Amino acid sequence: MSLARRIIPCLDTDGARVVKGVNFAGLRDAGDPAELAARYNAEGADELIVLDIAASRDRRPTFLETIRRVAAELAIPLTAGGGIRTLEDARSVVRAGADKITVNTAAVEQPDLISQLSEEFGAQAVVLAIDAKREADNWDVRIRGGRDSAHLDALAWAQQGVILGAGEILLTSVDRDGTQSGFDIALTAAISGSVSVPVIASGGAKLPDHFLQIFSAGAADAALAASIFHDNAQSIRLLKQFLAQRGVPVRFPC
Amino acid sequence: MNVTLIDHGAGNVASVERALARIGVASERASTPESIASAGILLLPGVGHFAALIRALDEKALRQPLLETIGRGVPFLGICLGLQVLFESSDEAPDLAGLGLMPGRVCALPPTVKLPHMGWNTLRALGPSRLLREIPANSYFYFAHSFAAPAAPELTAATCEHGAEFAAIIERGNIFATQFHPEKSGDAGALLLRNFVSLAA
Repeated sequence: MSLARRIIPCLDTDGARVVKGVNFAGLRDAGDPAELAARYNAEGADELIVLDIAASRDRRPTFLETIRRVAAELAIPLTAGGGIRTLEDARSVVRAGADKITVNTAAVEQPDLISQLSEEFGAQAVVLAIDAKREADNWDVRIRGGRDSAHLDALAWAQQGVILGAGEILLTSVDRDGTQSGFDIALTAAISGSVSVPVIASGGAKLPDHFLQIFSAGAADAALAASIFHDNAQSIRLLKQFLAQRGVPVRFPC
Repeated sequence: MNVTLIDHGAGNVASVERALARIGVASERASTPESIASAGILLLPGVGHFAALIRALDEKALRQPLLETIGRGVPFLGICLGLQVLFESSDEAPDLAGLGLMPGRVCALPPTVKLPHMGWNTLRALGPSRLLREIPANSYFYFAHSFAAPAAPELTAATCEHGAEFAAIIERGNIFATQFHPEKSGDAGALLLRNFVSLAA
């Protein structure tokens, strides 16, 4: 018996459509979220994350409808986030079908939100998303889609997030995001080694070897990617076969 | 026959509804003592805190009808927290009494491993299991919890291990429960739900 390392496709949406960009900029259309969700569910994805990267107030009903459509396709867990600023925002996302909620900028601005979510839904449903950017010997927490500094050390913020009630960390390397040059192993290993909760590594995935490295040297519990899956550049099934052959415990659908 | 989903307001009932619908099983939500008393098949989903579920059951006066209906032999499946509340108590809320249908106390998993135990894990069958019928032995199921029930051999059909060995599937008479989420466990979970529903048919 061994807990499988998870492969998690991420759907960045503008509310209704999946979009993709490089370094949080230059968005283009990448498909219908429900269609992609059905495909990943069948291919052996272990979970799915849906993010509303536009996260504007007037698009909110559209995003909730997207969550409903995606959840209807899935027999695996669904995490949703983007623009969740209040407990009521989180409730509406959970009612629409999300199993977990992810918070980022709002958690930095009001850390108590993490505790409120954890009390209401349980720590296992609260995913603290941290966008981290290298600064000298440390990593700086970035907010508002990676644009601004939160003036927080990523390691310290991850630890505080766990104390406040986060049950998982979604860790994105701002430096690697969209570059397809591999996950940030040093960042992920540093955070994973300093918190008691699972860590999802994000940003920079392209090759199967990148996943092997992030699960071994990077000590990640799960790895997230978007465009390589959307573009069919990497099949989830073949990726898992590659990992299994190299001794990484992964789950194959029966 | 319809599956009666106990809707206590503290669980993800909708995702269980969707999972049952995918295997062609109709369900209805129940949140009153009468609707539980008249159930033919009972399912108790649960996520979150032990105290929230126990308090919700007590505030809605569902504890007694639930115990009586299970006592009459109506097939029952508890999921995740719905397994834990079957026991006498939990370290998560030491002052609250569980349903007491299973002896013992739910304990925290040891801090030597990452918690919550989150993700897909395999099981170790302790004997024949009605829920695992025709499910391949190495199948993965989705877990998301930090507390777990003791793996007492006389109650436990299968265990899982994360820091310690704990009860993953309980089967005793008409009482069934899983620590993992079959409704989130892909095809293996769908097979398990089908097995449960067919027991009651």
